Amino acid sequence: MAGQIQWVALSIFIFFFALVTVMGFFAARWKSGPVSEHLDEWGLGGRQFGTWITWFLVGGDFYTAYTVIAVPALVYAVGAYGFFALPYTIIVYPFVFAVMPILWKVAYDNGYVTAADVVHGIHRSRGLELVVALTGIAATMPYIALQLIGMGVVIKAMGLTGELPIIAAFIILALYTYSSGLRAPALIAFVKDIMIYIVVLVAVVLVPAKLGGYGAVFSAANDAFVAKGGATGLILKPSQMLAYATLALGSALAAFMYPHTLTGIFASKSADTIRKNAILLPAYTLLLGLIALLGYMGYAAAVKVTSPNDVVPALFQALFPSWFVGFAFSAIAIGALVPAAVMSIGAANLFTRNVWKAYVNPDISHAGEASVAKITSLVVKLGALAFILFLPTQYALDLQLLGGLWILQTFPALVFGLFTRWFRAEALLLGWAAGIGWGTWTAWSNGLKPLATLAFGDASYTFYVGLGALILNAVIAALATVVISAVLPDRGRATARS
Amino acid sequence: MWILLLLPFIGLLWVPFYNFLEPSLFGFPFFYWYQLAWVPISSLLIWLVYRSRSPDDAH
Repeated sequence: MAGQIQWVALSIFIFFFALVTVMGFFAARWKSGPVSEHLDEWGLGGRQFGTWITWFLVGGDFYTAYTVIAVPALVYAVGAYGFFALPYTIIVYPFVFAVMPILWKVAYDNGYVTAADVVHGIHRSRGLELVVALTGIAATMPYIALQLIGMGVVIKAMGLTGELPIIAAFIILALYTYSSGLRAPALIAFVKDIMIYIVVLVAVVLVPAKLGGYGAVFSAANDAFVAKGGATGLILKPSQMLAYATLALGSALAAFMYPHTLTGIFASKSADTIRKNAILLPAYTLLLGLIALLGYMGYAAAVKVTSPNDVVPALFQALFPSWFVGFAFSAIAIGALVPAAVMSIGAANLFTRNVWKAYVNPDISHAGEASVAKITSLVVKLGALAFILFLPTQYALDLQLLGGLWILQTFPALVFGLFTRWFRAEALLLGWAAGIGWGTWTAWSNGLKPLATLAFGDASYTFYVGLGALILNAVIAALATVVISAVLPDRGRATARS
Repeated sequence: MWILLLLPFIGLLWVPFYNFLEPSLFGFPFFYWYQLAWVPISSLLIWLVYRSRSPDDAH
């Protein structure tokens, strides 16, 4: 299918891309504030986003372009097991509702911009602050690279080969993020999400209608899985059930530890904005569940793909007129720009506040912080671009997987401290090191699979490494707190939350 | 009321409870429509907790 340039689709694609580029630069004036004078303005959009803007912004950076490509691809490849994204993006919201308003309040009251700021504020430990910041940056870089891969898949499907189109798209993204900060993705998220909603609603109504209904879609997928054999099918094998549940839970706990999702939280106007979003954001999850089923529709439409990642573009090209293909592909590509921008802003905020301000220039002015962050956002994006230009795609996927495991290890330092002062900073640091160490080693030695297996006699249990590492992390942090408190009863106690 | 927030965790993480093909609904096997049904149910549960809160630190 690739090779021929598809002019109708491409023209529509370029039109929408140009539209959001103009919007991106215009965004600096939107809900205007002094973007270059304060990090709150550039990096958090002035902390003024209400319920609807937050809904679009968090929805836009949490459900990414890569999701639209990768979730159906996984469901296409392995069946029911790939569907874990659905329970994951449901149980995340009770968690967001219970925890994130508390986090927002601590950050708002103290002017904190990043998770590492909050950790430093609670535990008064520069070491713990630094590892939380570095973990966030390391976990974000491959995630940005994945967005580029998602964009690359649709650009390639329109017949454009080579790396120039991606480089061009990325330079545009980098420049308007530089000049407008978080306001740019917040504004573009409106366009992106409305487009994605249209595409998905059309697809989930029209595609089954063309293919003979959902019953036919599921039975075509079932036939393919039966023919393929192995651990694929419309429901889980008994050995996959624990893995499915732990992947869902671990991913849900990790989701709002990432710098980009937290940026959306910190940029909210109030704690109530976040609570309302916990109620309203599952609308996206419904969409995600339907998007996942595009993988099965690929079987019903009998599309032939060399890589599962091509299944969504191939499905659209097989079933829709080229103008709608162009619209759908631009929705996916713009869907890559929003999270990539927010991710680079989140990483830039971390570097500015918790590395630059903490170690290089403690007396930096507010305007100075904003300019360090702007430059860092460019560097971070160039890094992600270099990633996909010079390294095999598989590296980005593997590192993204490890990134999820890593970011989950910041959970105790950030979340436990919101509820209790009992843990000691040194103990949390030790727990973090144990979680990162064991988790990375286990995933690495399993050939970068996210699963680990423990055997007890005849029974063996396969589970998500990240969640296992988090449990180890928390247990070590608790034990070490007991030991440290016994040896040094009064030293290093965290100061009270202000 | 906060206990309601635990229900989605129980309903979705206890996989043996819903790992079946039947009964299907509108062509969707049970495994799929059961999990999709938890999306509006979870929203509703969170809304109920939201409504029941005392107006504490609403900023």
